Amino acid sequence: MDEATALAPYRRWRLRAAAVPGVAYMLAALVLVFTIFAAGFASAANLVNIGVQSAILLLLALPMTLIIMSEGLDLSIGAVLGLAGVVLAMVLVKGGGVTLGFAAALMVGFAFGVANGVLVAVLGMPPFVATLGTLGIAQSLALVATDGQSVVGIGDALPALYNSAWLGVPFSIVIALLAYLAFHVLLYHTRFGAYVFAIGGNREALRLAGARTRLHHVAIYALGGLMAGVGALLLTGRMNAGHPIAAIGMEFDAIAAVIVGGTSFERGNGWLPGTLLGVLSLGVLKNGLNLLAVPSSLQVVSIGLLVIVALLIDSLRGRA
Amino acid sequence: MSSDVAALGYRLLVVALLCVLLASLSSAFLTPSNLLNVLRQASLVFLLASGLTLVILTAGLDLSVGANVGLSACLAATAIKATGSVGAGVATCLASGAAVGVINGLLVTLLRIPPFIATYGMLWMLHGLTYWYMAGDTIHGFPPGFRALGSGYLFGVPIPIYLMLVFLAAGGLFTRYTTYGREIYAIGANAEAARLSGIPVRMRLNLVYTLSGAMAGLAAIVYLARLNSAEADIGEPLTLPAVAAVLIGGTSLFGGVGSLSGTLVGAIILALVLNGMNLLAIDANWQPMVTGVVVLLAVWIDIMTRQRAGSRA
Repeated sequence: MDEATALAPYRRWRLRAAAVPGVAYMLAALVLVFTIFAAGFASAANLVNIGVQSAILLLLALPMTLIIMSEGLDLSIGAVLGLAGVVLAMVLVKGGGVTLGFAAALMVGFAFGVANGVLVAVLGMPPFVATLGTLGIAQSLALVATDGQSVVGIGDALPALYNSAWLGVPFSIVIALLAYLAFHVLLYHTRFGAYVFAIGGNREALRLAGARTRLHHVAIYALGGLMAGVGALLLTGRMNAGHPIAAIGMEFDAIAAVIVGGTSFERGNGWLPGTLLGVLSLGVLKNGLNLLAVPSSLQVVSIGLLVIVALLIDSLRGRA
Repeated sequence: MSSDVAALGYRLLVVALLCVLLASLSSAFLTPSNLLNVLRQASLVFLLASGLTLVILTAGLDLSVGANVGLSACLAATAIKATGSVGAGVATCLASGAAVGVINGLLVTLLRIPPFIATYGMLWMLHGLTYWYMAGDTIHGFPPGFRALGSGYLFGVPIPIYLMLVFLAAGGLFTRYTTYGREIYAIGANAEAARLSGIPVRMRLNLVYTLSGAMAGLAAIVYLARLNSAEADIGEPLTLPAVAAVLIGGTSLFGGVGSLSGTLVGAIILALVLNGMNLLAIDANWQPMVTGVVVLLAVWIDIMTRQRAGSRA
């Protein structure tokens, strides 16, 4: 069997997946509920706010979609983002400039992404434990480097960039949309994307057909690390500081967004637009709950419940 | 079975080597109080990790144990303060822990959510609930009778160590000499074959997740008694060491292989490493990293062992 034949079923699946709109209903329901019950929800300013708040999450959820499609998981992405943010902040404090700091953040993220990929794809470790280990390592490094404190005094360049608007669209949303487009092209219009479907769906067939599975598998995790670096740029700009553990928990939101969006852990099925809708659903949920003065600790609980509801709906519709 | 004994033997050798190393690096290591402290720490982790061992034996996972300890401890603390009764606290703790375990089991068996996702989600939800419940408060000052459970001594030995021995014995009997135990191993080795041979897989899975939760409740009692205060975040640093203890002890993530005695040795090894770091005044912020690296090493050894066993077969 040649490579094209091995990949063919997954290209066809991609077309069928586009017919699944479950998360769209969920998003619509959430918007409706909050428009009715939360004063100030439906204003233009608030909706833009949701977009800005969701931008970083989208950056993390995009590679997480690919990772979950490959039957994997990346628990370390939040900790790596924190570490990358700390490194970025330290470069800025030392006067290195935004470009250099960004490059440093990307390198940190890439290094951890490759490490995750090697542990999972080359050494064969279960992804959750491999990334649990790298989570601990990244978290420790960030805490030791900063002694648990924020890195402040990063200058004006990055916050100014973060607060800038391009053709009226906030910087963070622009970055998030560019990332989405990049991933869309990557997943649906390149051979790498077809490999992503196949690695999750039928890894053995792909390997037997002679494809360089391991390299692509490592690349999937490396992408996660890179996006953590990009996220670090936005988060540090938003917080005007680098904090070692500010992003802990974002991996949970990213995983939740991907699952709510319809991507599941079985057999390489995945839907990128679903992830976008899932991210927006989470953003709407958090924003609405904020407007209703629900404490953030309970918001976490509600996100978990949202995931359970989404999975229940899926199994009732017979997709499981 | 002999490979199990060999595996345990290797690990006991590691314990011995660590002791020699630490004794040579620090004169404070070999004192009775330090050694008892190490055992006490290991006992606490073991209590938490014992139920987790059963779950991992079925090729599952319970990442929520730390958060479970946190919530259960906070609820128990409230109960003790409200009623003044130690029994109320203990009962609340166990009930809360077991309830979380039941929910985990249902998420895995009914909703068919992969265990690592289900318990990971539960971790965050429990975390959120605990923070909301405590609302930034601390509860402290418990009756001496209760505190003795964590800090007390009996014939010069800390009480948690007795609890550890009791549950090691009980758990060992359970896994090796009851049908339930053997079925758990079978499910881990090959869940489909187990199901086809008539083992009620779902019921056993619900059982192990409930036990994992109940042991988290038990560990919460000891932890709460030892700390003499309850805050929202007390359970957070416990999950990684518990998972580490199970994996270092030789229980395979792929299921079907492992033992409670292994988990105890794993807990001791981890406690020795962290004790050594404390004695050498290494920044405590390095501890998650060391635990993480140790976890990765343990899993890697597990994978290498399986590959070698597979090629021999």
